Amino acid sequence: MKSSHIFILVGIAIAIGGLLMYSVDFSTYDTIESARQKQGKYVHLIAKLDKRKPVLYDAIKDPNYLSFYAVDSIGGSTRVVYHNAKPAELEQSERVVLKGKMQGDIFECDNILLKCPSKYKDEKKQLEKTVTRQ
Amino acid sequence: MTFEGEHLLPGQVGHFFVLLAFVASMLSTIAYFRASKIEHLAEKKMWLRYARTTFFIEVASILTVFTTIYFICSHHYFEYMYAYKHASKELEPKYLLACIWEGQEGSFLLWSIWHSVLGTILIFKSKKLEAPVMTVINFAQFFIMIMLLGIYLFDVRIGNSPFVLTRNELEGPIFSQPDYLSFIKDGVGLNILLRNYWMVIHPPILFLGFASTIVPFAFAYAGLSTKKFGDWVKPALPWTLFSAGILGIGIMMGAKWAYESLSFGGYWAWDPVENASLVPWMVMIAGLHCMAIYNATGNSLRTSYLFIILSFAFILYSTFLTRTGILGDTSVHSFTEAGVAMNILIGLFAVALPLPMLFLYIKNYKSLPTLHVEESTSSREFWMFIGSLIFFLSALFIIAVTSVPVYNKMFNTNIADPQDREFTYNKVMVMVAVIIGSLTAMSQYFKYRQTGKKYFLPKIILPFTLAAALTVLLVEIYPSQYIKQGQGFLVAIYLALFACFFSVIANAAYLWVVLKGNLKAGGAAISHVGFTLMIAAMLISSGNRKVISDNKKTGLFMSFDKDPTGRQTDDPLENLTLLKQVPTQMADYALTYLNDSAASEKNRTFYALQVERTDSSTGKVLENFRLTPDVYKTKDNNISSNPDIKHYLFHDVFTYISSIPDKSSFIDTAQFKIHEMKLKDTVFYSKGFLVLNDVLKNPDNERFHFTSSDTALVADITVFSNEGTSYKAYPLLAIKNYEVDYKDDTVFSKNLYLKLAGLSDEGKFKIAVKESDMPSDFVTLKAYVFPYINFVWLGLIIMAAGIMLSILRRVKAKPFVAALVLIAVSAGLFYMFLLAN
Repeated sequence: MKSSHIFILVGIAIAIGGLLMYSVDFSTYDTIESARQKQGKYVHLIAKLDKRKPVLYDAIKDPNYLSFYAVDSIGGSTRVVYHNAKPAELEQSERVVLKGKMQGDIFECDNILLKCPSKYKDEKKQLEKTVTRQ
Repeated sequence: MTFEGEHLLPGQVGHFFVLLAFVASMLSTIAYFRASKIEHLAEKKMWLRYARTTFFIEVASILTVFTTIYFICSHHYFEYMYAYKHASKELEPKYLLACIWEGQEGSFLLWSIWHSVLGTILIFKSKKLEAPVMTVINFAQFFIMIMLLGIYLFDVRIGNSPFVLTRNELEGPIFSQPDYLSFIKDGVGLNILLRNYWMVIHPPILFLGFASTIVPFAFAYAGLSTKKFGDWVKPALPWTLFSAGILGIGIMMGAKWAYESLSFGGYWAWDPVENASLVPWMVMIAGLHCMAIYNATGNSLRTSYLFIILSFAFILYSTFLTRTGILGDTSVHSFTEAGVAMNILIGLFAVALPLPMLFLYIKNYKSLPTLHVEESTSSREFWMFIGSLIFFLSALFIIAVTSVPVYNKMFNTNIADPQDREFTYNKVMVMVAVIIGSLTAMSQYFKYRQTGKKYFLPKIILPFTLAAALTVLLVEIYPSQYIKQGQGFLVAIYLALFACFFSVIANAAYLWVVLKGNLKAGGAAISHVGFTLMIAAMLISSGNRKVISDNKKTGLFMSFDKDPTGRQTDDPLENLTLLKQVPTQMADYALTYLNDSAASEKNRTFYALQVERTDSSTGKVLENFRLTPDVYKTKDNNISSNPDIKHYLFHDVFTYISSIPDKSSFIDTAQFKIHEMKLKDTVFYSKGFLVLNDVLKNPDNERFHFTSSDTALVADITVFSNEGTSYKAYPLLAIKNYEVDYKDDTVFSKNLYLKLAGLSDEGKFKIAVKESDMPSDFVTLKAYVFPYINFVWLGLIIMAAGIMLSILRRVKAKPFVAALVLIAVSAGLFYMFLLAN
C-alpha cells in the first residue's frame, strides 16, 4: 500500500469520525428558566434542593416516585419528578445535577447526580468540622 | 508550643526520602540522557554506572517512603493528615494498603513503585537500548516525585507531601492546645464505598497497567533518538503485550467491581472514568498489531510509532481527566481535587513527555523507513492494518465524546452528555464489533504478503457457516430483548454477535487446522477467541438483562401524590419495596425480607432476603436461597449499598438495596392501650382483632427455655387481620432480680406492638396493644438477572492467557517455566473473577 493510499484511508476515516461526532445528540447545561423555554428538550440542570418545600417520597406506597423542588443560582425554581428511588443523600447535598426534560411546569428527571459536601470539593472544611466535633 | 504525644520522626524520615528520590530521579535522568548521547565507550560506561546508582537510590527511597506511610497509617498516627484522612482504627488490616492508594499521593506513589520495578527489570533486559529507555522512565519518575514534594516556592506549594501534619493543614480550636491529639479519637478512614475486596487488588493492577504503557513509549523514544528507527520494535513487543494484557485485566477488574459491589447496576456504563482507561488500551492494541506487522513485513513502522506514543499520551490525559476534578458533573465517580497548583502540575506532566516525543516523531517522519511496494488485499498485514486503524479511530471517537467537559472549560460552552449516553457509544461500537470480529476471524487465514484463494476460502467457509448457523439458532431460541433502540439496532446486535461467533470459531479452528494443536504459536488466536467471546457475552448479558423487581409488572404500588407527569415512561420502574416478613412475588421469584443484622464494621447492616422460585404450573419449588445485600450508613445519613449476587453457571441473580427507612427523625407518638382480657377473649384493633389463646407459665419449648425456678409468663396471642391473614405473637413478662422485665412482641406487617403488662385484680390479664404509625420495617431494592455473565469474565481470562502465551514465546521462556507461569496466571485470574466472593 502506498502512503498516498494511507492518507486517503485516514482522510475517509476522519470524515467518518467527524460525521459520527456530528451525529451525537449532545445535551446542554441550562438554567431552570432557559430549560423552561426549551420544553421537552433533554437538558442538564445544575441546581439545589429547595429545603423550604416538601420532598415527597414514600417507599412503602410507591418506591418509584419522588417529587421535590429545585432552585438554581439565578433564582429559578421548579418542581421535579423522578421515577426512581430517592437518593439517601438528597437532603444533605449541596448541589444536584438533574438530567431530564421540562414538561410544562414540571421537570421530569431521569437521572440525579448529587454533589455532597463530605465527598467533594469542600473536603477540607468538612474535615475541620469533623475534627472539631470530637 | 510543644505538642504532646506526636511522633514526628517517621514524617521527617519519609519527607527526606521523598526529597532524595526527587533528586535521584533528576540526576538519573540526566545521567542516562548523557549516556545515551555519548559515543565514547569508556565515558558512556561511566555515565551508565552513575545513572544506575542514582536509579537504585531512587528505588530504595521510594520504597522507604511507601513503608513509612504504611507505618504511619497502621500505627494510627493521626497527627499526620494522611493517616487522619485515610486510616481509622476499625479498618480491617486488608484495607490498610487500600487506604494508602485511596489518596492522590498514595496512588502516585503506587505508580512510581511500578515504574521502579519495571525500570529495574529494564536495566537488566534492555541491553543496548538501556540508556534512552531509562531516560524516559526516569523523566516520568521525576514528574511523579514533584507531585509528592510538598515544598514551597514563592509561596506556592509544589506537590503534596503525604507527610504533612494534621495541625498544619486543618484549623480548629483544638489545635491551639498542646494535648490536641487526645481529642482526635479516630481517623476518617477509608471511604465506605471503597471498602471492598476489589479496592485491595484493582488499583495495583490498574496502576501496573498505567505504568507499563511507558515502556513501549520509552522504546519508541530509543528508536527515534538512536536513529536506528526499526530496532526497538522487536525488544518492545513483549512489553507492549504485557502492557495490553495488564491494562486489559485492570480495566475489567474495575468492571467486575462496578458490577458486584457498586450499585451501578452493571459492569460498564461508558462513564468518563471507564472510558479514560479504555481508550489508551485500545490505542495500545492498535499499536501492538502495527508492531507485529512491522516485525513480520517491515510495513507500518510509522503507525507503530504514532499509536505507541498516543497510547501513553492518553494514559496521561486520562490521569488529567480523573484527577483534576474536571469530570465532576459528568461522572458518578467521586474525585478529590487537590487545588490549582496541583492541577497545573498534572497538566504539565500530561504534556511534558508526549509533546517533545511527537515533535521528534514529526521531525524524523520522513526518515522512518517504509516499504514502497503495494500491499496486496489478500495479505494479512493489509487487514491487520485496517483493523488497527478502525480500533484506533473508535478510540478517538470515545475520547472525543468523553472530553466534552474539557471543551466546556476551554471554550466556555455548556455542552452536556447526550440523553442516552450508552446508546451514543453503543451504536458506534456495535459496528466496530462487527468489523473487528470479522477481521480477527479472517486475518488469521491470510498469510503475510500474499494469500492464494485455494488456501483461504476452504478454510474459512466452515467457521463462517457454523457462526451463521449459531446466530440463526440464537435468534430462534434465545432472541435478544434489547428492543428499546428499535429493529435496526437489534439487527446490528445480531450482526455483531455473528461476527464474534465467527471469530471465536475461526480462531479456535485455526489452532487445530493450521497450527495442528501447537499451542505455543497460538497466543494471538487464543487472545482473539477470548476477546470476541467476551464481547459476545457482553452483547448477550447486557442485551438480555432482565429487571425482575419491575413494579409495573407487580403492580405493588399505590399513588400517594398525584403524579403530574402521568408516568408515560416505557422503562421499567425498577424499585420494589418489601415489607418485613411479607412475601412478595417478583417475576418468577417470591421474595421475603426476613430481618436485618449488624456487621462487624460499624454502621453496616446486612438485610437477609429469602428468595424462592417456583414452577408456575406445578407449584414446585425450583430453588430457594438467601441473599444478603448490605448497606453502610454514615453519620450524615448517606447510604452506600453493596449488592449480593447469587451466581449460577449461566446467569446471575443480582440485587441491591436502593432505599431504607429513615427512622432517625421519627418520634413514635402512638400509645399503648391496655385491655383486660380473660383467656379466649377477643379485642378489636383498627385492622382486625386479636385473641388471647392462653397464658403459659415458664414455658419450655422451641421459642422459650424457662425452668421451674424462673418466674415468667408468656401470652399466646393470635392476630387476625381484615385481609384474612393471621399471625402469632408471644409477649413475655418475667421477674428477674426483683425487677419486672417486659418483652414486647411485634407483628411487623401490621405495625402492631403487643405487651403483656401484668395481671389485674379480677384475675384478668392486661394486654397492651399499640398500633404504631412508625414506618414499618421495609427495604426497597432493585433486582436483575444477568444471563451468561460468566462468559464475559471467562473471555477475559482466555484473552489474558493468550497474551501471556505470546509474551512467553517472545521472551523465549523455557517450556517448563512458560507452562508454570501460564497456569499460575490463568488460575489466579479464574479464582479472582469467578470464585472469590
